[in-house]
This record gives sequence, C-alpha cells and structure tokens, in this order.
Amino acid sequence: MGVVLDVKDLVVRFDTHGGSLRAVDGVSFRLEEGETLGLVGESGSGKSVTNLALLGLIPSPPGSVESGSVMFDGRDLLRLPASELRKLRGNRISMIFQDPMTSLNPLLTVGRQLCEVLEIHKGLSRREAQRRAAQGLGDVGIPAPEERLDAYPHELSGGMRQRVMIAMALLCDPEVLIADEPTTALDVTIQAQILELLQDLQSAHGTAIVMITHDLGVVAGMADRVNVMYAGRIVESAPVRPLFRSPAHPYTSALLASIPRLAASPDEKLASIPGSPPDLADLPPGCAFGPRCPRVRDACRAAVPPLVSLADDAARHAACIDSEVLHAAAPAEGSR
Amino acid sequence: MKAPLLAVEKLTKRFPVGGRSLLGAPRGWLEAVSEVSFTLERGQSLGLVGESGCGKSTTARTIIGLHHATSGSVKLDGVELTGLSRKAWLPHRRRVQMIFQDPYASLDPRQTVASILAEPLAIHGLAKPRERKLRALALLDAVGLNPRHVNRYPHEFSGGQRQRIGIARALALEPDILICDEPVSALDVSIQAQIINLLKDLQDRFELAYLFIAHDLAVVRHLCDEVCVMYLGRVVERASRTDLFDAPRHPYTRALLSAVPPAYPELEAERRRIVLEGDVPSPTKPPTGCAFHPRCPDRDRVPGNRCAAERPELAPRADGRVHACWLEPTRDAST
Repeated sequence: MGVVLDVKDLVVRFDTHGGSLRAVDGVSFRLEEGETLGLVGESGSGKSVTNLALLGLIPSPPGSVESGSVMFDGRDLLRLPASELRKLRGNRISMIFQDPMTSLNPLLTVGRQLCEVLEIHKGLSRREAQRRAAQGLGDVGIPAPEERLDAYPHELSGGMRQRVMIAMALLCDPEVLIADEPTTALDVTIQAQILELLQDLQSAHGTAIVMITHDLGVVAGMADRVNVMYAGRIVESAPVRPLFRSPAHPYTSALLASIPRLAASPDEKLASIPGSPPDLADLPPGCAFGPRCPRVRDACRAAVPPLVSLADDAARHAACIDSEVLHAAAPAEGSR
Repeated sequence: MKAPLLAVEKLTKRFPVGGRSLLGAPRGWLEAVSEVSFTLERGQSLGLVGESGCGKSTTARTIIGLHHATSGSVKLDGVELTGLSRKAWLPHRRRVQMIFQDPYASLDPRQTVASILAEPLAIHGLAKPRERKLRALALLDAVGLNPRHVNRYPHEFSGGQRQRIGIARALALEPDILICDEPVSALDVSIQAQIINLLKDLQDRFELAYLFIAHDLAVVRHLCDEVCVMYLGRVVERASRTDLFDAPRHPYTRALLSAVPPAYPELEAERRRIVLEGDVPSPTKPPTGCAFHPRCPDRDRVPGNRCAAERPELAPRADGRVHACWLEPTRDAST
C-alpha cells in the first residue's frame, strides 16, 4: 500500500504568557492508503495541534511550525503557498471537527455551504452542485436530503449537524480525512451511528483517516494503527491489537488500566495515574512522563528516550528505556 | 417502617416554551421530567443515565430545589421538600449537596480555596471563623489535595484538582446525599480514574448516598448499586447494577449498552451493535404511546401497533424486573 501522508520531525512552537513551548516536538508518522490511524492523548498532548499543522491552520502568532515536513503527493504541505494549500483543503484532504455547531456557518443554509465546496473545488454549476450536495447528504443517512438543503445549522440536531460536516468533508472524495474528536460532543447511540457511517464510507471510497481522540474505546473500534501522544511527542506507535494487548510504554499501560470498561469487573479499583500532565512550558528533564511513572529511575531523567522499534516487532515503536521489559511482561495472545 | 433517606415519587417538571400569549398563558409546555420515582438509602448509589435531553439533570435540579416541581413529591427522611420556600429549604440543603460537571465554571475565580470551603460553613452558621480554616484544611486533606495550597486560587489548580475542590466544598456541610452531575465527563481519562476512586473512598468513609448522573455507562457501573435509565423524561428501566448490565430488559437500555465501545479490539470484532435509527425526538412533541417506539428495533414484535397507541407504565413485569415495555419478558429472558 502507498503512503499518502508522510510526516517527519514536525515541531510546532507556541509563544504564551508562561513562556515559549513546543506543543508538538519531533512528531513523525506515515499514513497509508485506506487505513485509519488513531492519534490518542490527553489535553495538551499535541494531538490536535499536529493535525492543524498538517492543514496549515496553526494560528500565527502565537504559533509557528518550527521545522519538519509533511509530504503529500510529492509536495511538502508545510512549504506550500496558502493559495495552493486552499486548493487541497476540503478537496483532497478534508477535516471534521469536534463541534459541528461552531464549524458550520450559522448564517448560511446547509445547501449553500455544501454547494460552495463543489463550486470552488470542482467548478460545478449551481444546479449540478445542488444535485451532488443532496446526494452527499443522502449518503450520510440524512432523510429527505433535498429538503434539508434549505435548513440552517441551528434547525438540525447535533448528530445531524455532524453528518452534514461529514458529508461536506467527503463531497470531493478526499484521499485523506482528518477527524478531530468527531463524536466527542455526541451521545453514545449517535456516536455509534457516526462511527459506523465513517467505516462504511471508508470501505466504499478507500479514504485514509486520521482519527484524533481521547476515547480509547473509539480507537479500539476504528483504528488499524495507533499513535499515543504525551507532552507533544509520540511515546508509542503500534497496530491496534498488539497495543491494547501488550503496551510497551508505561503511559499506554496506565491509560489502558485507568478506563472504566463495561467488560471489566466493576468492583476492581481503577488504576489511576498519579499527578497530572506536565506544563509544556516547564517540562521535567528527560522523559516527560517520568514524574508520574511507576518505573522511573535516574536514567529516565538523564535524556528523553527516543522512539525506537521493538526488537521482535519492527511495526511497533516505543519511547521508553524499559519498553522491551514491559512488552515481554504483558499477557500472551488471547487473554485480551 | 422507617422512611427512606430520599424518596422521590412521580416527580414531574414542566417548562413553558414558545413565549406567552396576550393573556400571559404559555404557548406550549415541555415536560422535561415525567413521573420519576425512586428511593435512595444511606451509603447507596443510584445512577441516572440517558442521553442529552432525557431529563436526568432536571430531575436532580428539581430534587435539590433549583427548580420548582410541577407535581410529585420529594421526601428527605419523610419530610416533604417540594413547595418549600427558599428559607424553609435552608436547613435541608446542608444534607443534600451537589457537585457539577465543569470544575472551571463552578468555582468562583476570585475566592481562595480557603474562602470557597469556608463559605458554606458561614452561611449555615456551623463553625466559628477560626475553626472554619481548620475545617478547610481537613477537607483538602480528605479529597487528596495538599492543605498547604489552601490560600491559592482556582486557576492555580488543574481540572482534576478543581473537581476535588468542588467535592471538598460539597462535603463541608457533612451532607447525607451528594448529587453528582457528570462529575468526571470534563476530565482527562487518567484524571477520571482518580476522581472515581476518590468518590468511592469518600462514600465508604462518610456513608454518603450518591445520586449519580452520567451518560458514561461504564462509569455508572463502577459507582452505582442501582440504575435508572431515562428516555425523554421518563424512567424506562430500573434495575440493580448486575441485572441492568448483565441482562438489560428494555430495548433502549440494550441499544444504549451495545453502543458503548468496549475498548478491547478483540471484543469489538464480535460485538453485536444495535444501531438505533434517527435522533431522540423533541420533548415538546413527544411521540404517542411509548416515546421510544419510533426508534425501537423491537416494536414489530409487539402485536397490533400497541407501542404507538398506548404508553407502557414502569412496573414490575413477569420476570420480576422493572421496566416500561410491552414486549413479553419471558420471550427474551435468555438474551
């Protein structure tokens, strides 16, 4: 399979009142055709900033892309002029955001917003755009799509608005879809509808999806591979099943142990992670997870451990001096 | 027989909507909570679950007197609370306290932690000013915060720590009941677990009763002994934790449980998801009959279009379970 997006050593800096900080610090990953890559992390881990950078949407000031490259179709997105980037965004690379209420224009009808995309990127006539827009709404399971074209965003429910966002993102049949917490604002039954829809659309069109979320349940169900981020860096990267089965970074293990699950015993105490995520403007020396890590020792404070592949599995990477030990200690295949 | 600690009976709350006519009568009504009944005992946890707009938060707010009940009754140790004036409410309020979803919005940014924690004591005239400070220190310690930080302001704390302050404030009056409205849904995963564990510890320590409102079913399963599932203002199923999660009866409960991603990739493959059609209907125009029938995957199994015509009451059924569905329970007791 071909690589559609190749991110190398991305560094994004923000100047804040608390000082200058690196919100994303040396992130590299590849997105393959037709796959879903999960990007998991807590607030401030840099997962959303990474994706804003891919799209050239870092607000400047206070932010700036300091270094790195994002190759798409032979071109570096970070060095494209704004006009060229605009031709790609919403066309070959699309995005869905968490809150459909703030990402749709409240003053324009749904139809107008959808048609605009088609008129600009595909040069369709107004009538043809109308027809395609209605078809797009139908594809995402909106009943009576022709009538919905005349609706304003506030007239739709949250789930419907998110469907409109997805329809808009998919109108031009993009190669890459970036979905930033697409179901976080939705109720669980509506979340199930939207996730199923994304999977169906992906298998129909072969779109590669970057799914940014803090919800490990969503990742387990959707992603083929997962990058776990902490304090601006990828600390572990692996295919989804091995990651859940035998995490090779203490942060990943702790995160997996801390989520309440319906399938787990309710009387067990949840394993919580002590402390809170670090202040990016004032990171601890060495490994940023060190102060919260049960395995921390002097070597961890000496240097930031690099993200390296595991000895017995080149598809897996972890940034911890103990990753081989952790990986080996995890329960064997089949025991979940 | 001794009255239960909290007894809610046929609690109903309606709001006027659509403005008022010339004569001042409301143009329409929205029934946010309809005939909700349950009891809560000391040291027990009851979960109220459901999706946005199902009335779970309104139920809590009506119980604590932030809304006036339209009808029904709320009794604390047998004493009726609905219809009480603000002043008459005061002595009861110290026994029923609340913690909120957003730890950023629910603390006054201009007060130090010391004064946030002392304020309820001052209002209820419970301790001398000097003792209040000592109480504040003890409370911080109880919720796992460093008592040395008592003179800091809310913005100096992280989200999880702020939620701990909110819990400490609710505990200041030594309540019997703590109403928790989505207390962990705004927190990061690693912090959520800390707060859930803290709530469990505090319950054991102080014999607190929790009315726990949440949309996250896995969280509810961790904290609650009994659960009420709400849909469009009504309780559609009430069951013990084990019954509800191991053998849900109402079709809505089943769909809700099946929609939760299991967070195990292996289980994901074999999971049978019941994906509901459509959205939750507007409570201003509730469907006829059973409010869930337009989305119910099982409605065709009930003969004679009964679901659309007649509303099933929440009542004990033949299988000993309490839910509101026309479906004969014996036919699917095995699932």
